[in-house]
Amino acid sequence: MTPRQRRMTLVAGILAGVTVAGALALSAFRQNVTFFFDPSQVASGKVPPGERFRLGGMVTEGSLHRVPGSLEVQFVVTDFAHEIPVVYAGVLPDLFREGAGVVAHGRLRADGTFVADEVLAKHDEKYMPPEVARSLKRRNGESRAAPLPSGTAGVNPAGG
Amino acid sequence: MLPELGHFALILALLLAALQAFFGIAGPWLGRERWIAAVTPAVAGQFVMVALAAGCLVAAFVGYDFSVAYVADNSNSALPLFYRVTALWGAHEGSLLLWILLLAAWTVAVAFGAARLPRHFAARVLGVLGVVSFGFLLFTLATSNPFLRLDPPAADGADLNPILQDPALAVHPPILYTGYVGFAVAFAFACAAMLEGRMDQSWARWTRPWTTVAWAFLTCGIALGSFWAYYELGWGGFWFWDPVENASFMPWLVGTALVHSLAVTDKRGLFKSWTLLLAILAFSLSMLGTFLVRSGVLVSVHSFAADPKRGVFILAFLIVLVGGALTLYAWRAPRLRSTAGFELGARESFLLFNNVLLVIAAATVFAGTLAPLISDALRLGTLSVGAPYFNPTFMVSMLPLLALLSLGIHAGWKRGRLKDKQRTLLRTLLAAAVLGCAVAFGIFAGARVLTPVGLTLGIWIILASLVDPIDRWRRRLSLPRAVLGMTIAHVGLGLAVIALTTVQSFTVERDVALAAGASAEVGGYQFRFEGVHPIEGPNYGGAGARVAVTRGGAPVAILTPEKRQYWVQRQLTSVTSIRMSRGNNLLVALGDDLGGGGRWSLRIQIRPLVSLIWLAAFVMALGGVLAASDRRYRALRAAEAATAHAAGPAVQGS
Repeated sequence: MTPRQRRMTLVAGILAGVTVAGALALSAFRQNVTFFFDPSQVASGKVPPGERFRLGGMVTEGSLHRVPGSLEVQFVVTDFAHEIPVVYAGVLPDLFREGAGVVAHGRLRADGTFVADEVLAKHDEKYMPPEVARSLKRRNGESRAAPLPSGTAGVNPAGG
Repeated sequence: MLPELGHFALILALLLAALQAFFGIAGPWLGRERWIAAVTPAVAGQFVMVALAAGCLVAAFVGYDFSVAYVADNSNSALPLFYRVTALWGAHEGSLLLWILLLAAWTVAVAFGAARLPRHFAARVLGVLGVVSFGFLLFTLATSNPFLRLDPPAADGADLNPILQDPALAVHPPILYTGYVGFAVAFAFACAAMLEGRMDQSWARWTRPWTTVAWAFLTCGIALGSFWAYYELGWGGFWFWDPVENASFMPWLVGTALVHSLAVTDKRGLFKSWTLLLAILAFSLSMLGTFLVRSGVLVSVHSFAADPKRGVFILAFLIVLVGGALTLYAWRAPRLRSTAGFELGARESFLLFNNVLLVIAAATVFAGTLAPLISDALRLGTLSVGAPYFNPTFMVSMLPLLALLSLGIHAGWKRGRLKDKQRTLLRTLLAAAVLGCAVAFGIFAGARVLTPVGLTLGIWIILASLVDPIDRWRRRLSLPRAVLGMTIAHVGLGLAVIALTTVQSFTVERDVALAAGASAEVGGYQFRFEGVHPIEGPNYGGAGARVAVTRGGAPVAILTPEKRQYWVQRQLTSVTSIRMSRGNNLLVALGDDLGGGGRWSLRIQIRPLVSLIWLAAFVMALGGVLAASDRRYRALRAAEAATAHAAGPAVQGS
């Protein structure tokens, strides 16, 4: 091979590699992205059936129930327009509490209950997950949603 | 008075940074020797001022000065001394100050190291560093001043975020930042070379040790962060593909590519423009990481309260700095021509593949990290990208990289001559495959498809890396630190691959509900829950549990996970308890009181060899530091400088 041919082979090889990697990344991306929906979107049937998605909102006050002595918990996620019951079997995160923002990963059961396999509430209590905040804002107008994070999170001596 | 002194010192540092930038860049340009002579004093002065400012803030923390807003937000009268000091970088303003302090320290080190470099080149390097420092100082003073006073002063502080009250996290930011900021040095060398129009091998040689050290720090920093996330944050995972983790991982990937491409530029004078581009890219990604973390545009465990003004400032600074560097590159790079050639099987080819694969890996991480932002901005819906995307795409570029590594280190420069090494390579591969399969199917049961592949690749890297040093040792040849360092770093990578494979393949985790006295069996171990008792610390209270672990009746360990309630922030924080047993990490986290007669939820995890991941990272970093300390750089640098001096000011470019 002449040096020119060799260079071309190298370039072609790299291009092929990049293309394959790009195609794989794209397909992995298509299959593995999870979308976020709020309770109103779920209630209006925007979620494709059987799809794994993330449900976000606030945990309704007084909705947390345990089957005594077992890992099963039930709670309700709300955006103050619609409510979705959630069941989960496992240890809840430290920052999980009623009246605070939460994001749950899972699927919708036929009876309209959300079966979570992962519950996240890892954001510090000064603010809630931005996507939750935004969806609440959309539903309720600024005046209502804005004070919610600090108002519901309880003690917040830092003042934001 | 101290906070005002600190504020004043910061303003003086800003002015000195401006002088450093101006004299460093304009001096060589216009040939003003007196301006060039003023650069080093400006560097020293700036360091003193920044150190003074940081000292003032530390003094405010240690002395409980709650009239300073930043102290009141991140400290408390009950906070132990150690965390009062580390609270300096517990939030946004202070971590910026830490960033600036580390940049000033690197700059002083460069000023010392550059004493042997050509004067004009050294001045330009320091000038570019001055520009970076100026930007960050301006940012701090304009949007994130840590010295602002509260009126009236707070009675007591709001306390440091409980999850930050942890030894690993206390040292994680300084080490990570040292790595980030270190890439600024590579960036400054690249810009100086382009300004000077002298982009031959010498700039690569001068840059190499700095870049390698920065890379080593970044490696350690990421490992520490991962370790912290493992036992404090994520209840047992070691990597979450969290945006902030990715923000530090992208510069690491590109930095790794840079370390290797610098080797080619240094040794063979090839890949010159590519190396320059990587140097710009590595630092740009460090900056982008800062932007992503600080601006609050990304949802993450590490996010600080969002302030759009800050995001805009960093973005503007990023555009000016990176745009400037790329413009310089566009102007200068066409001049670069590599004359030397190499064969397809030569080491150059392998390093080229290394670079391509690492950059592809960085690009896939980049795409996955920014996709949610872009989708959101274009109103395509709110989506999240997690491990199901990152794991396979990352593997696609990593598996060939790992396989090519073992071949590449045996290939010679210019001409590969891999044929001569055929036997060694096949033998090591065979041994690795046998060992890998033995571990996958013998020691552990239920391996996945990729388990033997990962183990084989990891073991092969280690065996193949050791061939040359052992050969040299047998023949009583010298083993330069550069070679030894490379070997150690590659062995570290091999160890990391082995550990990652076993952890991904053989982790067992279960959430259980146990009453006091009951036990659960997980992964061949019996976990007996002995009940919960109240605990009290300096600034928290809570519940502590005792879990006795046995294996086949023999006691293994007593685990004591806690659930802490920090008094001031009222935040619940789980403290996991971890013990090693036969290479397995046993982790127990305490969940909630479930009622029903003292039943508690517990999360139990067994991760084989997970500690090896962090150990491997430190081995890699050690290899990097060792390689950077090779005599070759010092000796050659002196020689280069001598010839450059002999040639006189004629070398300065147009």
